Amino acid sequence: MIEVKNLVKQYGDHIAVDHLSFKVEKGQIYGFLGPNGAGKSTTMNIMTGYLSATSGEVTINGFNIFEEPEEAKKCIGYLPEMPPLYMDMTPLEYLKFVAELKKIPKKDQVQMIADVMKLVKITEYSNRLIRNLSKGYRQRVGLAQAIIGYPEVIILDEPTVGLDPKQIIEIRDLIKELSKKHTVILSSHIMQEISAVCDYILIISHGKLVASDTPENLSKLMLGSNEIELTIRGDMDLIKGILSENSEITDLMVHYGTEEGCVQVEIKTPSDVDIREKIFYQMSEAKCPILMMKSANMSLEDIFLELTEDSVSIQKEEKDEQEDTLEAKKENGHDSNL
Amino acid sequence: MIAIYKKELKSYFTSMMGYVFVAFVLVVVGIYFAAYNLNAYPLIGYTLYNVTFLFLILVPILTMRSIAEEQRNKTDQLLYTSPVSLISIVLGKFLALISVFGIPVLVICFYPQILNQYGSVNMAMSYLAIFGFFLLGCAYIAIGMFISSITESQIIAAVISFVVLMASYQMEGIASFFSDTAWTSLVAFSILFLVVCIIYGMAAKNVVMPAVLFVIAESVTGGIYLMNPVRFEGAFAAVLKKLNLAGVSYNMIQSGILDFTNIVFYFSVIGFFLFLTVQSIKKKRWN
Repeated sequence: MIEVKNLVKQYGDHIAVDHLSFKVEKGQIYGFLGPNGAGKSTTMNIMTGYLSATSGEVTINGFNIFEEPEEAKKCIGYLPEMPPLYMDMTPLEYLKFVAELKKIPKKDQVQMIADVMKLVKITEYSNRLIRNLSKGYRQRVGLAQAIIGYPEVIILDEPTVGLDPKQIIEIRDLIKELSKKHTVILSSHIMQEISAVCDYILIISHGKLVASDTPENLSKLMLGSNEIELTIRGDMDLIKGILSENSEITDLMVHYGTEEGCVQVEIKTPSDVDIREKIFYQMSEAKCPILMMKSANMSLEDIFLELTEDSVSIQKEEKDEQEDTLEAKKENGHDSNL
Repeated sequence: MIAIYKKELKSYFTSMMGYVFVAFVLVVVGIYFAAYNLNAYPLIGYTLYNVTFLFLILVPILTMRSIAEEQRNKTDQLLYTSPVSLISIVLGKFLALISVFGIPVLVICFYPQILNQYGSVNMAMSYLAIFGFFLLGCAYIAIGMFISSITESQIIAAVISFVVLMASYQMEGIASFFSDTAWTSLVAFSILFLVVCIIYGMAAKNVVMPAVLFVIAESVTGGIYLMNPVRFEGAFAAVLKKLNLAGVSYNMIQSGILDFTNIVFYFSVIGFFLFLTVQSIKKKRWN
């Protein structure tokens, strides 16, 4: 459906997108995840034909975006980071303009606009000026703009930024609704959002693809060990003594908890061992009640941090070889360009 | 293209801009019409040639927001990611601009008829003058639109447009600074080539290509100069004079002479600046 091959975008000395390649299949929700300035927006802008690439290829439904832009753009609906709205129009006028721009046949326009407005719930605001709408409703008008014409691929750049929690949930539901008929690609720097919505995650850092898989596989991939956190009431040395007898435990940390007379324990075991029941009986024999026990699986957040941290440290190492002044310059470049 | 044309035209008349522009043109033309035509001279061209200074103020104001505003508000992302070619976007915007300008021109079309009530008026000459006036305006608008495409700020676009149109308007005076000898023309041309090549070299970050072009241009002009130095007498001043768009229209507007070279000249100017507009938008995508 969409194929991105060896995409490179260079701004002067700074590489915003660095040999990025991936494929997008039909009917799923893809999430672009990365810290601010990782090159998500740039990639999306190139995929939609707004920017040109330094090198590389983007094909959409078999049409190369650089060679047959008009055919390729017909398959895409795009909501940029900042919704491209004309403040002096009403949503109705605006959507009409977009429909004409996308060459929707005249006879279908009225019905389609009505349907789309209903879908994003802006029907009652259709005759207000966009400048008078709140951020959430502007975002919806922008979303409606992307949906008009029912393109096969809908690309959304940070669709929930600046919305309140209720609106975020509504937009998420809407995206899930859309994915029944369309392929949806969305970007975000917020983990929960991506894990809540996406079928497939592409993690980008410094313009490079550092991981791409389903959310489940990603957490499995990263999961080297089981971690358990406990709060136990009792004497610290006693608890430490009992726990350290267990040979399965690879890592044991005991310290005083916030509650009086309690200790906080963190245990690590190999991933194929479940030690929870055993500890329960050991503690009950020693008359040390367990107040809390929680297994701490590695969340997507940790994976994200780990992956992006890694690539930061790799880059740092590379840079160490260069002169210090150069490094400072490049760092500044990162900030200002993205 | 039609969608963009309609949207642009509408936006000029949902804001005050369109009305103010039309009213201002009509007021100034009306005053000159009353002073020249109703009192003395039966040809509308006389009035129109004397109000071409109007473009210096009005065209920058009309064209400043055309593309600059889209770039500032990021609405250009919608346009450039829609299945519409850049050329039709630029054309749609240009047609909307000249349509706004066309409204007062249409009103002016009635003026010869008014004059005709009081005596006989040469209609062909009158309408040729109005056509020339319209073409001149379109050429200015094309320049203004190009300048609007190189910046994100409307104010900067307006100021640059004003300076450029002003320079064009005063070109006769500027041209007279250059002496008529062949030698000064040759030097002036060389400096011009050098500046153009340096700008090109800086923009393209390339040294070889502009250097080669400069050498070629220099050897051609130098060759012509060696063969026939007389050709260069006053040549640079003549070229500069051609940059005075209003002056070029003198034949058509004031004298009522149908001169096809003038018409071709205006269409070339319009085409050239629309092309430059498309290029400057394309360049933004490469930045």
